[in-house]
Amino acid sequence: MRIVVCVKHVPDIQSERALGPDGRLVRDGGDGTLNELDENAVEAAVVLAEQARDAGGDAEVVVVTAGPDDAEDAVRRGLQLGADAAVHVLDDAVAGSDAIGTATVLAAAVRHLGEADLVVTGMAGLDGLTSLLPAALADLLDLPQLTLASSVALADGTVTVRRDLDHATEVLEAPLPALVSVTDRANEPRYPNFQAIMAARKKPVTVLTLADLGVDPATVGSAGARTEVVEAAPRPPRTDRVLVTDDGEAGRHLAAWLLERDLVRTTPATGEVL
Amino acid sequence: MATVLVLLDHADTGALRGSVLELATAARELAGPGGAVHGVWVGDEPLDPALPVLGRHGVSVVHAVTTGDADPLLTPVLAEAVADVVRAAGATVLLALSTFENKEAAARVALATGAGVVTDAAAVERDAAGRVVAAKTVLAGTWTTRCAVLTEVAVVLLKAGAVVSSHVEDEAPLAPEVRPRSVAVTDRATRVRVVERTAQAPSDRPDLSSADVVVVGGRGTGGDFGPLEALADEVGAAVGATRVATDEGWIGHEAQIGQTGVTVSPRLYLGFGVSGAVHHRGGMQASGTVVAVNEDPEAPIFEIADYGVVGDLFQVVPQLTEELRRLRRG
Repeated sequence: MRIVVCVKHVPDIQSERALGPDGRLVRDGGDGTLNELDENAVEAAVVLAEQARDAGGDAEVVVVTAGPDDAEDAVRRGLQLGADAAVHVLDDAVAGSDAIGTATVLAAAVRHLGEADLVVTGMAGLDGLTSLLPAALADLLDLPQLTLASSVALADGTVTVRRDLDHATEVLEAPLPALVSVTDRANEPRYPNFQAIMAARKKPVTVLTLADLGVDPATVGSAGARTEVVEAAPRPPRTDRVLVTDDGEAGRHLAAWLLERDLVRTTPATGEVL
Repeated sequence: MATVLVLLDHADTGALRGSVLELATAARELAGPGGAVHGVWVGDEPLDPALPVLGRHGVSVVHAVTTGDADPLLTPVLAEAVADVVRAAGATVLLALSTFENKEAAARVALATGAGVVTDAAAVERDAAGRVVAAKTVLAGTWTTRCAVLTEVAVVLLKAGAVVSSHVEDEAPLAPEVRPRSVAVTDRATRVRVVERTAQAPSDRPDLSSADVVVVGGRGTGGDFGPLEALADEVGAAVGATRVATDEGWIGHEAQIGQTGVTVSPRLYLGFGVSGAVHHRGGMQASGTVVAVNEDPEAPIFEIADYGVVGDLFQVVPQLTEELRRLRRG
């Protein structure tokens, strides 16, 4: 069984993140990392592979990313977290890809690997946070999509996930091959020990170009992007801030402050009529 | 002339989801004089109670789409139905609420129609060249951007509460024309089987994602949301929580605000015992006014609070609720 995990290299969300004059994320800050939500995807894949091996089968987990030189760090981290092999699509023409362009590149990379039984992604990238990629990838790979999984199980060639939506909780199942995206509730990613880190150094990272994948550069990257950031500005800092220590009256003062600014209505709400 | 299509999210009962009328309002602006606003209603639920309301908000045609045996709550099915209507109506813009389900559908509609997509938009308009341009905050609310759609068809997902909904003026309420449509979705959209679906119990409180005022509890509540709920009921607020509070089981998962949960942008955010970890800030930093009460003066939420109180929430919240009740009711 082969499980492919698509991951992304993003600026560390704890760091100062910024957009450049071109409206693109500044990615050369040097504090990039494997997208934290993709750690859940790798963990889910590694656990499923372990279960398959325990049941006497073969299993391989391959992490795949597309991005500049630094993006290799993301797949290296995936290897430390237990993946067996990695693919890095490295091509200048990938720069500036929107979610659809990225999905196009990753779909080509997954196809290039041959048969995948399961494709796993995180629920979102913590840079753009569009959450468009999993569904786009499933569509391009013509796979059933089981997204936003808070748990994943494989049995008899069927994948079953549980997912929590705003208005409902669902259990979905589909025959393999399939695509699953997992939320940060799906598992607790392992922390690689020294042994795992050393072992990861020996695992292969295959570097591929768009030409290797047969992807027309005009369809991806900034050339193929369907949207363009025309303006980007840091949010101005808040002014007139109040910070007090409760002297026993803070609740009363806060109530007055809220009413003065009309932040809560001065008469109780009567309920909105559609 | 431009036809702007609005995805009419609705409950099983046929009730429109709260912010759909905001989409219709934004759609009227985008359609402009001579343009038209159409709705797409996918599913078998009754359309009747929604129709006059949609009419008053400027929707002139509703495409009522059935998908045969295919479950329209599965997003690939929804996407095929919506893409079919985009083509049939000749729509150049599709507006939908920015939910996880709609993002999935939008990705597939984009592939089917060649559209560019902007998610989590806080506003949408046309620029001088007639392009659809959406505003959004990114990087946990620290940057604002304007994003132009370069393709012939634009898909924009608007955050709940982004637009103040308004009726059509100086016109008698119009009844939208209903165009029934049956879409035969492909096998590839129906390979997922729904084994189980449990709807959330409806709440009397406003919907968290679109609420005007949000009361939020974090680790500092120690699991006691009672005082927060009393405050929420007093001011008509939704109740939300941090990841810690939902992980501890103090409140349902659907209440989680953050990058992986619900994104809120209320006029007023009231956070109690919330430290303001970066994940949480990513889901609330676009809020209008931020009030925070926390015992820890070093809590990061104070960096973004307009009004911060260092103190015990179990002292401050009941006093706040009582004082609001006194001042408002005399």
